Amino acid sequence: MSEKDIRVDVHHIARVEGHGNIVVDVKNGELKEVKLDVVESPRFFEAMLVGRRFSEAVHITSRICGICSVSHTNASIKAIEDALGIRPSWQTETLRKILTCAEMIDSHALHGFFLAVPDFVGAPSVIPLASSAPDVVKTAIRFKKLAHDICDSIAGRHTHPISLIVNGFTNLVTEEQMLDLLVKTKAALERDIPLTIEFFSKLKIPEFERKTDYVCLTAPDEYALYGGVVKSSETGDYKPRDYKHKVAERVVDHSSAKHAFGPIQPYMVGALSRFNNNYSKLTSKAKETAEELGLTVPSYNPYHITLAQIVEIVHCLETAINLTEELLARGIKDERDEQPPIAGWATKLPDVKKSWGVGVVEAPRGLLIHEYKINGNGLIDSANCIIPTAQNLANIEVDMRKLVPGILNRPKEEITLLLEMLVRAYDPCISCSTHLLKVDFVE
Amino acid sequence: MQKPKVAFFEFTCCEGCQLTVLSIGEKILDLFGSVDVVNFREASSYKGQDYEIAFIEGSIASSEDIRRVREIRSKAKICIALGACAHLGGVNVIRNFHNQANVRKSVYGDKAWLFDSILAQPIDAVIKVDYVIPECPIDKKEFVRVVSSLLLGKKPFVPDYPVCTECKMKTNVCLYHKKNPIACMGPVTRAGCGAACPSVGNACEGCRGLIPDPNLGALEEVFKEYGVSTEDIMRFYRMYNGLMGVHK
Repeated sequence: MSEKDIRVDVHHIARVEGHGNIVVDVKNGELKEVKLDVVESPRFFEAMLVGRRFSEAVHITSRICGICSVSHTNASIKAIEDALGIRPSWQTETLRKILTCAEMIDSHALHGFFLAVPDFVGAPSVIPLASSAPDVVKTAIRFKKLAHDICDSIAGRHTHPISLIVNGFTNLVTEEQMLDLLVKTKAALERDIPLTIEFFSKLKIPEFERKTDYVCLTAPDEYALYGGVVKSSETGDYKPRDYKHKVAERVVDHSSAKHAFGPIQPYMVGALSRFNNNYSKLTSKAKETAEELGLTVPSYNPYHITLAQIVEIVHCLETAINLTEELLARGIKDERDEQPPIAGWATKLPDVKKSWGVGVVEAPRGLLIHEYKINGNGLIDSANCIIPTAQNLANIEVDMRKLVPGILNRPKEEITLLLEMLVRAYDPCISCSTHLLKVDFVE
Repeated sequence: MQKPKVAFFEFTCCEGCQLTVLSIGEKILDLFGSVDVVNFREASSYKGQDYEIAFIEGSIASSEDIRRVREIRSKAKICIALGACAHLGGVNVIRNFHNQANVRKSVYGDKAWLFDSILAQPIDAVIKVDYVIPECPIDKKEFVRVVSSLLLGKKPFVPDYPVCTECKMKTNVCLYHKKNPIACMGPVTRAGCGAACPSVGNACEGCRGLIPDPNLGALEEVFKEYGVSTEDIMRFYRMYNGLMGVHK
């Protein structure tokens, strides 16, 4: 068996966001080439931002990604607030955190149920499951519906939020709406989680381990999704503004998405990194969920990303409930006079100085960094966005290089499936990562 | 009755419109029951080539995109532009107004030549488009309505009056009349979104494209009255409508 030639060539991997190809070449039993080609057309968002009003960046950059547009909006807002020295209120940040929870629930449900599960049940898509396992599909639909209800009420819409802007909202959610969301979120936790855990605990997750550098935000008092410092499991913590000293990006011939490398390169971002680094900050129900799914900390198996996402769905439901209860206890207040929000197309913008800011959040797929330089006319001089998938691409290739030699004795179809499942486990967001990134600023 | 075969394709975009399709709630089960989805890479690894209706998301931004969209047109009886990128070129068009060599170099440095990239265009710059579902991203209800119309053999309805009409019907306070006025393209933008953005207090950015014969002169007078500079007017127009005049 060891002398065989195998050529795996998966064109436009299905059930991932964006266009990528897997190429594996084995000659005489020896691994010659492993690549994850990114063939998405370049998108050039950083270049598009140059010369735009600083206030518009949130609406332009949300269009980087249809799945994680709340995360892009939050990262963009935080970068601008960092540059302008704006400190948003507790209420504003709490509402942003609830939106983050909703986006995690939506994105993880989409990935877990719609994109990953078909592999485990031998189906091409979730569509056959609609008749064979309707309860499971309906559960996924309910998670997504809940997430969209939360985003619709607080931000006007999930994909490309409308009212979520610098220093507040153009329209403030009411206490009645939040109370209604609270009831719905509690119902999801009670009704939909048990079935979810039962379903995912039965899936046979491929066995494979490779320890890497796990990178995510971390905070002393919470499971960091919205703020904190960046933690690398191998090299320690760094402040968001120092990211340039810690992340290097390179253009790779086969990828219109640049690859990002850390000091110990490459590294992983996303749900498994957060789970490994911040396990102790998860809610009690989330920890119980991990136990029921057989997920122990730390896990070095990238196929476990999907399970870590299920744990995070539970964590985010509980966190959204806790934050909403606290918000309602304090009462929702109109703060526009003390904290004037800045709409993208406000006819008059506040005067700004030449400034620079960095915004970092956890998107569903991992660490997301936006950085802008703003000139004295309030226009963006340069922008840089570091996308989770760009950070994971190099790590996926190293995983594939370790995985392939161990499974060469299996049929080609099985090798192909295991490779596709590996790429899908990372839940890559390819069209996000191809608008890419310039590393050096032109002064 | 045989179920129509439907396919979804995406070009340069965020795939938010297809994700909106996946987020229409329980109606998605009805959708999958009444059509035969043969190609939906975002959601399925089955790649059928025998489709009659093609929903096409994203703008054309590389020579490979041109080849691929022509191939889709040659196979499909009906091609539908899904969302602002396919319909208008979307926000991708913003970069058309920059020096392309600089844009490419700023992102990919001396390896810029490796990546195939052309000016961003709507799909009807390359192929004939039968229907459009506008907006960034598409509206869930409008998508369901268009699919229902197609299944009934009817021409989908898209309004040709402005967003202002829907905004007034909702009795919203005009954004220009707020304490901190916000510039809004509602007077010239095609309705159908239910004035989604002004209803939550933010500007209509024109993502559904312009109405027929828009009175841009009158809008520009309003902009000027509120102190919006000519440069800012150009920025607003170029958010979604940079190709107006070039593209019909």
